[in-house]
Amino acid sequence: MSTAPSTSHYPAAPTAQRASAHTLCVLVDNEPGVLARVIGLFSGRGYNIDSLTVSETEHQKHLSRITIVTRGTPMVVEQIKNQLDRLVPIHRVIDMTLAGNAIERELAMVKVAGKGQARVEALQLAEAFRARIIDTTTESFVFEVTGSSDKIESFINLMLPLGLVEVSRTGVVAIGRGPEGM
Amino acid sequence: MTTDNKDSGATEMTGAEMVIAALADQGVEHIFGYPGGAVLPIYDAIFQQDKVKHVLVRHEQGAAHAAEGYARSTGKVAALLVTSGPGATNAVTGLADALMDSIPIVCITGQVPTHLIGNDAFQECDTVGITRPCTKHNYLVKDIADLPRVLHEAFYVAGSGRPGPVVVDIPKDIQFAKGVYFKPNEFPHKGYQPRLKGDPDKIKLAVEMMKQARKPVFYTGGGIINSGPKASKLLRELVKLTGFPITSTLMGLGAFPAADQQWLGMLGMHGTYEANWAMHDCDLMICIGARFDDRITGRIDAFSPNSKKIHIDIDPSSINKNVRIDVGIVGDCANVLGDMLAAYKATPGAPDKQALQGWWKQVDTWRARKSLAYKASADIIKPQYAIQRLYELTKDRDTYITTEVGQHQMWAAQFYHFQEPHRWMTSGGLGTMGYGVPAAVGVQMAHPTSLVIDIAGEASVQMTLQEISTAVQYRLPVKIFILNNKYMGMVRQWQELLHGGRYSESYSEALPDFVKLAEAYHAHGIRCEKPADLDKAIMEMIDTPKPVIFDCLVDPTENCFPMIPSGRAHNEMILGDAAEKLEDAVTEAGKMMV
Ligand SMILES: Cc1ncc(C[n+]2csc(CCOP(=O)(O)OP(=O)(O)O)c2C)c(N)n1
Ligand SMILES: [Mg+2]
Repeated sequence: MSTAPSTSHYPAAPTAQRASAHTLCVLVDNEPGVLARVIGLFSGRGYNIDSLTVSETEHQKHLSRITIVTRGTPMVVEQIKNQLDRLVPIHRVIDMTLAGNAIERELAMVKVAGKGQARVEALQLAEAFRARIIDTTTESFVFEVTGSSDKIESFINLMLPLGLVEVSRTGVVAIGRGPEGM
Repeated sequence: MTTDNKDSGATEMTGAEMVIAALADQGVEHIFGYPGGAVLPIYDAIFQQDKVKHVLVRHEQGAAHAAEGYARSTGKVAALLVTSGPGATNAVTGLADALMDSIPIVCITGQVPTHLIGNDAFQECDTVGITRPCTKHNYLVKDIADLPRVLHEAFYVAGSGRPGPVVVDIPKDIQFAKGVYFKPNEFPHKGYQPRLKGDPDKIKLAVEMMKQARKPVFYTGGGIINSGPKASKLLRELVKLTGFPITSTLMGLGAFPAADQQWLGMLGMHGTYEANWAMHDCDLMICIGARFDDRITGRIDAFSPNSKKIHIDIDPSSINKNVRIDVGIVGDCANVLGDMLAAYKATPGAPDKQALQGWWKQVDTWRARKSLAYKASADIIKPQYAIQRLYELTKDRDTYITTEVGQHQMWAAQFYHFQEPHRWMTSGGLGTMGYGVPAAVGVQMAHPTSLVIDIAGEASVQMTLQEISTAVQYRLPVKIFILNNKYMGMVRQWQELLHGGRYSESYSEALPDFVKLAEAYHAHGIRCEKPADLDKAIMEMIDTPKPVIFDCLVDPTENCFPMIPSGRAHNEMILGDAAEKLEDAVTEAGKMMV
């Protein structure tokens, strides 16, 4: 009867499905410890966090919106959503990737130092990316660039040889298209 | 002093008084606890009232398990009260246990005053931080105005949806502070509203699948017990109506009567041959209030390969967690079972009679293997025999059983047959040695005239045995029935089967004289070594109107079978009479299991 030797009495890691990135929007009560609950759930159950942003979005109701980019097989992502839903201060969880109509944006501040030709090139590229200059010295810029994570990624890559010093990114925020809210 | 404001029903009182008022308003009659600096105001409030009776345990872990036993045997939310720091950390094992087994308890912890939080004050610990992953929810109350709401919410959260433990951490200054207390019904919870009714379309679909099934099986779990007696009643009706076989997890024993012909016995690692084979070979699995735990499924990729699966659970995260489900129905078992029963009656057609007969014939051939059989002995007490005799001599009484963790627990599950829900208290998910004695104390507190027996192992029982002192103090005549095999038997069994008989640290060395120990605690001690003396000794235990420690010396080398060895599927189970061959049957990789 037994063919393949197994490694453990515990269920094997799911291998059949492919992992992909999902963006989840989570509406929570803005109370102490709520972020710790969410992060603790991810670390405790071994889920990935690619990016996480949080801020109070409805002040009168004390509701915060957390946007999490995670990675997993469809079964694991469904688990993540259900596990989040189970936390008492969590009101709603939407898988924006599954919903399919989400706009996702990220903001980055990119510091580039350099002189001469590199400095000119950095400025030209910033213009092409519609990055704003928010700080200038004679030998540096801080650019503010918004867009999809891919766009920010390529902007950073282009700045790399031009004197990239450091980057600060917000992580992804997302919202659905059309008239309806979440 | 408290002052009544007649108009609003609101009352001014201290935080400590609010705790007592909320407990009383939530129907708590007994609270298990242990005092300390950070809860002294609450103990002062306890002293000055008689609505809530305090039960002084001997260790905070005991308070948590006692509350679990109380909750599990009554279906009500139970409460415990512990001090900050070590009081809270001692309770953690019980909280984790209650989370795994979905037991509704509210744990009130004292905390250092708010202005000292974070200062490494005396007996300070980050209670909400420590208990966050082992509670369903927890609260730190920093404002007296929040206290009444939080206390009531804690009971609501613990008892609703999938039940679980909730911690309310109350700093000492909040216990002294004065505020306005409100009664429970004025606090509907704003966010947490678990879904209780199942989706009718899915129920209809499930019923259609049941009508078409040729080899169906019900697989039920602790969710039925949590849902209450009505769920058990409806389950019995549905099982009768369909004529399908039924098995259950460790946690679900008693929901369906073990004496019934349709009952296959428990399934899983130490489940019966017929239950596990039925699970493996079925074409339709109807899972109700169970969670496809790894002790149930065995090797997951070989788990019931040819069946469609229906899963009813109140917790959406249990569905599709380990095993792909064809129809998942989120809702309370009793609600869904009621709707399912109605839909089953209303839908025309019935399962193919002949197919079902064939399936039962197959089940009967599996049954004929008598997988629980063991070699009887006239010289030495076999542990299985001890449980069988205990069952025979107590089955017609009003009996509750708790257990510790190990072989004795599995033998109790196999050989003590439960006919009713709420009668069986065991640590299933966490597998906590030391659960049984305090749980028995809790059960006996809730059912003072019933017969409450902890089926114990000599190793487990030493983890929380001091609670016998609690039993003596409160005149709780609990019976601790120790299957003393002088080994951590379950560990020894695995070492024998999986680690070449290298019995590393599993011998119970330097055991106490349990009879003298009982006497030292002012309880009664009994020792029994011969099968011929067993019945008389058990009767003596039953007839003793005070706590008893029964030292039952059993065969030290007996193994618990059937067993699905590591890395194997349901249909590769090892039976007792095949034990000698097991060594070769276990793969090297299988030793990885825990
Ligand atoms: C708190 C705790 N520590 C360790 C274990 C691991 N463990 C499981 S069963 C067992 C042996 C139990 O021995 P005993 O109580 O004598 O029961 P027996 O198996 O002999 O019936 C051990 C050590 C556990 N389940 N719980
Ligand atoms: Mg033992």
